[in-house]
Amino acid sequence: MKERAKQKVGFGVLLFATLLVVIPVLFIIWLIISKGASALSFKFLFTMPQNGMKAGGILPAIVGTFYLVVVSIAFSLPIGVLAAIYLSEYAKDNALTRTINLAIINLSGVSSVVFGLFGLSLFVVFLKFGVSIISGALTLGIMTLPVIITTTREALRAVPRSYREVSVSLGATRWQTIRHSVLPFATPGILTGAILSIGRVAGETAPILFTVAAFYLPRLPHSLGDQAMALPYHLYITSTQIPGIPENYRYGTALVLVGLVLIMNITAVVIRSRFRRKK
Amino acid sequence: MTRRGSKFEVRDVRVDYGKNRALQGLSLDVIENEILSIIGPSNSGKTSFLRSLNRLNDLDPNARLTGTILLDGIDIYREMAPEALRKRVGMIFALPIPLPRSIYDNVAYGPRMAGLGDKRRLDALVEDSLKSAYLWDEVKDRLRSSALKLSGGQQQRLCIARTLALNPEVILFDEPCSGLDPISTAKVEDTMTELRKSRTIILVTNNTKQAARVGTRTAFFLMGELVEVGPTDKIFTAPDDPRTNDYITGKFG
Repeated sequence: MKERAKQKVGFGVLLFATLLVVIPVLFIIWLIISKGASALSFKFLFTMPQNGMKAGGILPAIVGTFYLVVVSIAFSLPIGVLAAIYLSEYAKDNALTRTINLAIINLSGVSSVVFGLFGLSLFVVFLKFGVSIISGALTLGIMTLPVIITTTREALRAVPRSYREVSVSLGATRWQTIRHSVLPFATPGILTGAILSIGRVAGETAPILFTVAAFYLPRLPHSLGDQAMALPYHLYITSTQIPGIPENYRYGTALVLVGLVLIMNITAVVIRSRFRRKK
Repeated sequence: MTRRGSKFEVRDVRVDYGKNRALQGLSLDVIENEILSIIGPSNSGKTSFLRSLNRLNDLDPNARLTGTILLDGIDIYREMAPEALRKRVGMIFALPIPLPRSIYDNVAYGPRMAGLGDKRRLDALVEDSLKSAYLWDEVKDRLRSSALKLSGGQQQRLCIARTLALNPEVILFDEPCSGLDPISTAKVEDTMTELRKSRTIILVTNNTKQAARVGTRTAFFLMGELVEVGPTDKIFTAPDDPRTNDYITGKFG
């Protein structure tokens, strides 16, 4: 009986820990929906801000964040995947690769505002890209590289070694083996890394602060060299910098940000499940 | 038995995995069109030997090999690309490892990697290979379904068909029946006997009875060394070395 009581307490603790994780998520969703849903309208989603952002829509911020996600993933996904393939399939275990591994781990621990400063000095100033979508997207891309490299390496490592041996024993070259007998089975895992990165890129404020974000720019960006508004920064300034903005306008922005990330994640999840079914 | 030419000439081959020595300077000839059975307890170097014949050890960054191995007189480590070697020397693994693709794509894998794209020739090759592995009748109506849906015995015959699709001169079998039931085992053994007519076969097995059934010659490995090699009848009835006798009569192993 005593053992059963212990077991019950144990389960209780586990359940409590699980609830602790879920409750804040539910609370956040409830909060932004209850306070922000009333702001959602065609005008809010598809028109320019007006009257010093106190009225009108948030279209430029939506478009800006969308551009930032697409451009930064287009940059970091291929580079991260290629680097991970090299590190896990080709590189020998020596001082150089160990240093690279250490660098990747450290990169993921760097705070995002430091990435912002780095992007400012490298892309904006040194490479003269200016405050622009390309500068912001590259900064965000570098920030997400460690995530993509780490998840890709895990995905490659999860492909059984026997597949490589079978492929090679059938006369395939190393690259053919990676291309036809390793990558196809690692793709779902690689896409998981991309999904994690989308949320991070869309939500970060600090790295875009100095590299791309415009305070108020009531037009859509024409090229990657333009400045752009972005949802997280817009949320920040409407919440702290400008007095007299209606509450549902701010929570509506948060709701759109969460919704945008959700839509992009669902797209990636659908693609991922396509790959899984192919097996 | 008429003495034919040597297919493989193995001279003083030593294989190390890091600090573990797997083969200690082993020399052995493999004769054309024979089934050479290799028996011996675990850790005797049987699989290491097999993996050095198709350079699969190259995949292991810790593996080191010294000595020479000649295939038809050509040094496979110094005068041949590993991909070219592996097309001539196929391998069947202990557990059937179908790639998670269709039956057709598994058999067509090797030829496709070698650059064969012509659909009609691939179709014919897949059919011939599956027939040679006695699998065609069981799968001809579902070539496009996943290879993972086949039974264990069918999967192993699929792996044989996949290797045959490259028309190798030598096939290395690494304990191919260790996961199979007796009926599937008999089918695989029949295939080996049939294949011997046109190819050289090296069979590593933990099952001495299997070696006695299918091997034309048998080699006994112990602790990374070749104890003795000879006609299967002789090894199983009158071996020269007492250690061979102890092993086949089950005193250790």
